[in-house]
Amino acid sequence: MPRLSTKNEKLAMEIIGRYPRPRSALIPLLHLAQAQDGFVSESAMGHIAELLNTTPSEVLSTCSFYEMFKRSKVGTYQVNVCRGISCFLLGGEELAERAAARLGIFLGGTTPDGAVTLDAVECVAACSEAPCLQVNYRYFNRVDGETLDSLLDDLIGGARSDLPRHGVLSRLPQIIPRESAAGSSPPENTGPPSWWVNRSEDGSL
Amino acid sequence: MSELESRSPAAASSVVEPSDLIVTRRRHQSGGHTLEGYLASGGYEGLRLALERPPAAVQEEIKAASLLGRGGAGFPAGVKWGFCPPNVWPRYLVVNGDESEPGTYKDRLLMETDPHQLIEGCLIAAYAVGAAQCFLYVRGEMALAQERLAAALNESYEAGFLGRDICGSDFCLDIVLQPGAGAYIVGEETALIESLEGRRGMPRLKPPYFPAAVGLYGQPTIVNNVETLSNLPWIVCRGAEAFAAKGAPPSSGTRVFTVSGHVRTPGVFEVPFGVTTFREIIFDDHYAGGMRADYPLKAFIPGGASAPWFFEEHLDLPLDKAKVDDAGSMLGSGAIVVMDETTDVPRACHNLVRFFARESCGKCTPCREGTTWLEQVLERLLAGRGRPTDLDLLTDICDNISPGLSWPPKMTTICPLGPSAVSPIASALDRFRHEFEAYLPERSRRPSSLTAVAG
Amino acid sequence: MALDAPANPVVEFTLDGRAAAAAPGQLLIDACEQAGTYIPRFCYHPRMRSVGMCRMCLVEVDTGRGPALQPACMLSVSAGMIVETASPPVVKAQDGVLEFLLLNHPLDCPVCDKGGECPLQDQTMAFGPGESRFVEEKRHFAKPIPISDLVFLDRERCILCDRCTRFADEVAGEALIGFQNRGSHTQVNTFPDQPFDSYFSGNTVQICPVGALTARPYRFKARPWDLSETISTYPNAVGDRISVHASRNRILRIQGVDSDAVNWGWLSDRDRFSFEAVHSPERLTEPMGRSEDGELTPLSTSAALGAAAAALRAALDAHGPQSVALLGGAGLCAEDQYAWAKLAKGVLATDNVDACMGDGLAGETICALPRATIADACRPGGVVLLLSGDLREEFGTLYLRLRRSLMDGDAALLELTPLETSLSSLAACSLRVRPGDAARVVEALLETPRGERFAGIETKELAAASALLSERPLTVLLGRTSQAESAEAAERAAILLARAFPQAKFLPLLRRGAAVGALEMGLAPRLLPGRTTLAAAGDWYRRFWGAAPAEPGLDAAGILRAAVEGKIKVLILLGADPATDFPDRRLVEAALASVSTIIALDAFPTASSRRAHVLLPTATFGEREGTHVNVEGRATAVTRQVTPPAGVRVDWQVAAELADLLGFDLGLSSPRQIWEEAVRLSPLHAGVTWDGVRADLDGVLMPAAAPDAAAQDEAAKGEAPAELAGEAPADAVAAAASLPPSLRLADLELPEAPATPFDGYSFRLVADRTLYDKGTIVSHSPSLAGKAVPARLRLNPSDFERLAVGKDALVSVTSSSGAITVSAAPDERVPPAAAALALNTGGADPRDLISSEEPICEVRIVSSEL
Repeated sequence: MPRLSTKNEKLAMEIIGRYPRPRSALIPLLHLAQAQDGFVSESAMGHIAELLNTTPSEVLSTCSFYEMFKRSKVGTYQVNVCRGISCFLLGGEELAERAAARLGIFLGGTTPDGAVTLDAVECVAACSEAPCLQVNYRYFNRVDGETLDSLLDDLIGGARSDLPRHGVLSRLPQIIPRESAAGSSPPENTGPPSWWVNRSEDGSL
Repeated sequence: MSELESRSPAAASSVVEPSDLIVTRRRHQSGGHTLEGYLASGGYEGLRLALERPPAAVQEEIKAASLLGRGGAGFPAGVKWGFCPPNVWPRYLVVNGDESEPGTYKDRLLMETDPHQLIEGCLIAAYAVGAAQCFLYVRGEMALAQERLAAALNESYEAGFLGRDICGSDFCLDIVLQPGAGAYIVGEETALIESLEGRRGMPRLKPPYFPAAVGLYGQPTIVNNVETLSNLPWIVCRGAEAFAAKGAPPSSGTRVFTVSGHVRTPGVFEVPFGVTTFREIIFDDHYAGGMRADYPLKAFIPGGASAPWFFEEHLDLPLDKAKVDDAGSMLGSGAIVVMDETTDVPRACHNLVRFFARESCGKCTPCREGTTWLEQVLERLLAGRGRPTDLDLLTDICDNISPGLSWPPKMTTICPLGPSAVSPIASALDRFRHEFEAYLPERSRRPSSLTAVAG
Repeated sequence: MALDAPANPVVEFTLDGRAAAAAPGQLLIDACEQAGTYIPRFCYHPRMRSVGMCRMCLVEVDTGRGPALQPACMLSVSAGMIVETASPPVVKAQDGVLEFLLLNHPLDCPVCDKGGECPLQDQTMAFGPGESRFVEEKRHFAKPIPISDLVFLDRERCILCDRCTRFADEVAGEALIGFQNRGSHTQVNTFPDQPFDSYFSGNTVQICPVGALTARPYRFKARPWDLSETISTYPNAVGDRISVHASRNRILRIQGVDSDAVNWGWLSDRDRFSFEAVHSPERLTEPMGRSEDGELTPLSTSAALGAAAAALRAALDAHGPQSVALLGGAGLCAEDQYAWAKLAKGVLATDNVDACMGDGLAGETICALPRATIADACRPGGVVLLLSGDLREEFGTLYLRLRRSLMDGDAALLELTPLETSLSSLAACSLRVRPGDAARVVEALLETPRGERFAGIETKELAAASALLSERPLTVLLGRTSQAESAEAAERAAILLARAFPQAKFLPLLRRGAAVGALEMGLAPRLLPGRTTLAAAGDWYRRFWGAAPAEPGLDAAGILRAAVEGKIKVLILLGADPATDFPDRRLVEAALASVSTIIALDAFPTASSRRAHVLLPTATFGEREGTHVNVEGRATAVTRQVTPPAGVRVDWQVAAELADLLGFDLGLSSPRQIWEEAVRLSPLHAGVTWDGVRADLDGVLMPAAAPDAAAQDEAAKGEAPAELAGEAPADAVAAAASLPPSLRLADLELPEAPATPFDGYSFRLVADRTLYDKGTIVSHSPSLAGKAVPARLRLNPSDFERLAVGKDALVSVTSSSGAITVSAAPDERVPPAAAALALNTGGADPRDLISSEEPICEVRIVSSEL
């Protein structure tokens, strides 16, 4: 079972450094693990616990609270059909059922070839674009039955290499250049920022 | 056809001229999300102007503008900032970009189409309150928003708008982009702070009522919504008076509403705050264009899934915080969900209740157990296995979550999520009780004659 | 005067229409309870942070803005607050919460261990609806799953109150159980394959408000209504208050009792589950003696006592009192300790008595240093200096209390220890002191050393530690950091600190049972009951006892050396096992082989009691009544719950009977009467009555408020002589004007610090302790026996390279007095050039390397693998 790779561990240390308290990096690190493996493995949770100086139990406790973290392998494509109220009114639930029938799996299941995991999910914030769905958290708006079918066929057939595989969210990481970083500010820094002091003295505060 | 621009809300035209818009004016500007596009359209002017003034003056300006929070509660941002206890440092700024209220799609739009405007808003807010660091919490499922913000933040560091010596001044600030991971409740500001501390996103007990007193790592923390902060550059550039002039103070400025459901042209619309009416935004051709296939309106939710429902008689209310509050609901996150005559109300109700049951964090008993029970009873009812006592049972379960079913809700819970599940049931049972009764099996609907014979 | 705050400020509020008062900041739930109104609750626990999660304690509170439902566990009482605890909205809300909690709760009360003492069951019986409105499918989980060797979890019964998880995280600092998943799918569980292995896991079972957590030793053993219960004291150094539950002459469980001064209701698992040993089939139940072929064979009690008396008489007659020695008594009640002190010093007239096994500190030092309480150590604004081993391993509840205080930012911790401890991460300053260097480091702290480093510690670190010591109230936790160094360094360090900081107080951390109480009862050379000395009080006690030692005696090491020299003929072991506990194995083996007669009083067969010539089985925990005195000098009640097996005697009875056979009347007839005699004679125990000790859960801290001189005189002149004179001449009694003085700091001489030059080639051995070792009680408790850890030589990871050995490799370790082979394990908590090995693990033992002649133990380590 995979821990974070050496490269990702380095990235993890950099992310941890952005926060006043290491524990704050927990969710970003879980995303990092999921981007690496497509899901969050127990070994990765153990590794993250080491990096954050906490227990694997604490990591699991946080990890399992959040819907997006999968703790076992899912399809290359996680298809989330929205069934929020706006999509519901315009046939979202029927769309999810159609997808299940097309793929021959139940909601929550994965196709035997490991290509697609299908879920019906709560509102994904594309309400004026209902009914909608996400594939690996990329939006597909105002989806009708036929476009759904052809999208699923494409996913199964491997014709959507433009979509990153499951686990990858932002394809562009935030970079805080060391030389221009203001630096994290832990609660132990009990004074106001220096600019605040400068400006409040000659200002009107 | 994937991705943002494919079939965006652009489909809807707007009666508001682009010059009248505040936060969505770069929405259709090609490259408006890049630093180049942003600077070309007056970007970072607000920051420059703010840095020329003392922080307190900027804070005063925002307070004077009566910028009501756009996240749901509608609390004035300037007043909220003032709750930071003096002499307690460091202070933090946290951006709530965990938009998840069913029916709401506006913060995502702002993050995707105008990330620099939000960054500039963060800089101005951090400057005004003396924040030492800013955390930009974006809903996990919004991959494109995260990409656009990451790109914009990277550009801003490069260009000296972030980090040390911002714009050549002594002002310093890091903004850390933090993805969420799928939990509606994290939109509640204390739950968001818990999540940002690497914990389960469970709301904290109140009091303290505002994280401005005790927030992230126990320090004074300002939590502001994406749309709220996106207004700041404009306000600093044009002044509080100009902002107030846009709306109907204290509902000042503009607001972004999402109109979805059974309308002709669903969309995201920025309108003067407190002026436009529900009738206009739902029926006007410039906005949602009226009911789909001219079916009659059955009901609409005025402010996200948590809000009690409105009906025909509420259409002429303006989109004004106080007036909607007084009418027994709320504008909330600006999500108007329209239901026409074809709507199966018990099913819609079940859909909403299921949402809250699934999203309950599980911390307090009435919400964890109560919302799930409501969902189970409704599910059984829809499956044709309802009992005559179920409708009263639903009401009583609601009463044990939100005593008296009053508005604004009283609660036996820690946070408003549990009572939110009560809103649709209370509204629907009050108005459409017969539709629930229709789901009861034949046998149980028949009055006492059978029992009399049997007895 | 105007500035004076009122002595007891109260906050007045209205509770259900009547006036009530609370302390400032007091939680409403506590204030109501104090005022006689109990508010139902499940998640609230007074020793943990409030979380307001279960919502059962909702009450209506009006602070001027109209009544609103608020959780009483989250709200401090404010002046003028109007509180309704039984109004219709409150009743409705509480009934609603109860119904919600019961929705998914299984109806398995008849087979649930909690049935009969379950808050959820009680609430439901009292206020619950007659029948359920819930017709849906209940939530299902796999029925009880083991989350550790000792604890089972039934997630269907769990009401997610967060008590166990809060305890693990907040109190024990071991977040090994937590909430998983979300909403109605939330469950408590461990990380897969990572059990809830905590020294304190049993506490979660005790505080679980339903039957979700059960302890293996108690599962399906009894129903609460069949148990008889008494409040007692666990015989450990902290003196944890407990309640003992028994049925049909068997102890079935022990629970912690919330004593504010002592353990706050907590217990370590070892102590909680060690009652199993009481009923061990291995218990000694028959007196024994040596047959002609040298085998231990059963004897009648009178024959065994007779043999013991005869051996004593012969030794006294032929070789004088100095030929008799007594070791042990640390695990006994104060009354037993007094009886044996009286027999040894007042009848046998030998001062060769030591309750410690060479692993403690000099009795005079402990008695003379100003004594601290646990509360002193935990007080806000104070500094705690740790000169002891890892509290977590040996003083569990003290560890929990101090940890809490450090977590809350109340006390600041300064560690001067050879190894990192479980509290190091919370310490304001944690310095690694090489074995033997404690006194030198303290001197450096007091003097501001020059140069970059001193005794291997950076000067700036010393300066930081030194800054901590100045001005804030200081409590020193004084014990032995390691058995591989002599006690002098710690004693010298303590006396230096006491002299430098007159306000400093000391908590003597002797780990064995009531070891401090034993010293205070005179079970140590040169001491007599009441923290007083032979020199100061010899005459006083001689008057009442009839005799007292003519010359000062030897401590444990001295006794063993004298035995090797043939000077000790009879050695009495009072529940003592020097063959296992004395740090220098070669010495103790030689000594035991040299003594003519070993008289052992013990409840279990041990390495020492197996070698006795006369063996007298004695009562153990739960079988005897008396008084326990803890490290603070706090006297608390020990109660008897079960009858010991026939043939088993209580230790004080043996003392009285032996005295009788030797022709003396010890004048002791019951624990109460013994305590009363001690109170009359001892300057420490004066005024601490038997009933007084039992009147308060916190017992009585000694010395109690110092009795004025007149009262002392009265006590001395009036009562004591008349009935206690014994064989003392009447004029001596009359001359006894007042109680002898207790030891004071000024009486102590500063011991010389042993020279311990640092040799860069060798390692300094640290012999420490672990909670689960091969100790008698653990070994005889089936639930605990398997938890003993194997022997591992712990070294700093960097030293593996230096030694060119692999991790977990076998190494041979050699000292000036012995050699062992053991596997080596890397441990970040061990500094470079130190080697740590726990005592009594059953494997390779540091006692084979330690010489009681050497101040420190230097060892060479080489790979023993090819």
